[in-house]
Amino acid sequence: MKHALKPAFLATLPVMTGYLVLGFGFGLVLLEAGGNLPLALAMSGFIYAGSMQYVAIDLLTGGATLLSAALMTLMVNARHLFYGVSMLEKYRDAGAAKPYLIFALTDETYSLVCQEPLPVPQEIRRAYCLLVSAFDHLWWVLGTALGAAAGTVLAINTEGVDFALTALFVTVMVEQWLTAEDRVPALIGVGASVLCLVLLGAADFLIPAMLLIALLLCLYTNGRAVKRHE
Amino acid sequence: MNEIHAWLMVAVIALVTAGLRFLPFLIFSGGRKTPAIIERLGAVLPAAMMAMLVVYCLKGTSFATAEGWVPVLIGVAVTAGLHVWKRNTLLSIVGGTVCYMLLVQVVF
Repeated sequence: MKHALKPAFLATLPVMTGYLVLGFGFGLVLLEAGGNLPLALAMSGFIYAGSMQYVAIDLLTGGATLLSAALMTLMVNARHLFYGVSMLEKYRDAGAAKPYLIFALTDETYSLVCQEPLPVPQEIRRAYCLLVSAFDHLWWVLGTALGAAAGTVLAINTEGVDFALTALFVTVMVEQWLTAEDRVPALIGVGASVLCLVLLGAADFLIPAMLLIALLLCLYTNGRAVKRHE
Repeated sequence: MNEIHAWLMVAVIALVTAGLRFLPFLIFSGGRKTPAIIERLGAVLPAAMMAMLVVYCLKGTSFATAEGWVPVLIGVAVTAGLHVWKRNTLLSIVGGTVCYMLLVQVVF
């Protein structure tokens, strides 16, 4: 465990920067929206999914039902299914730490632990993965605590800070757009969402949009797979 | 914000998120092969989800007055432009957000 400490800490430094800033923003925005410090810490400690926590602020203030919150979580976090699928082998013999490793598998942690080979000797791989997961978790909760504390203490004008969420999604979308081989899924996402928004209005568009996206993607990938066999 | 409803909702979101993270390990623990449709959806879902989330964030944009949409448009353009230019996630987010905050607080 001791030998894995330094490489794990160094590997998480880029994540630390991002998590402290985004966690800070989350804490700040949640308190602006009427939340409190315990709620902020519970969310970052136990939900531990950055984009979903920002969306949750909107659900909390918008008075969404528990069912729509569950459905929203399913759709927003569905990608975690695919992280799990690709970590099955690596975490197969992870022992007592396995439940925590799975719980803490965020986008950023996944990007570090999925590397093959890992940048450490074989015998400390398990300790390395555990420490990377724990450090990332720590940075996220720490950033949240600092942001929530700043929200209670400072009288800074935070109007517009919630745009950080929009900016996060725009940034990820642009990055995916620039690196994607196939841009049709992104276009399906925009098209189906805008269509449902225009037809159904801001309050009711989300769940129909999700279902329409899932349906169109199934049809699209199915058609593509069929083509491959022709 | 109703306190009890808020805590219940946080519990629901935490459970569903953890469920999604654990599900593959529960289903495929015996070394069974991943179904083809899951693999195919896994490849295309992230891009569509991110696009949907952007639309979700922008759903409140009003076109009735300039202050309803101009700061949003400029904020998104600066964020995307910075990212195409530098490819630095943190710079794009902070730059776009600061720009938007200045617009809504100082200009409009």
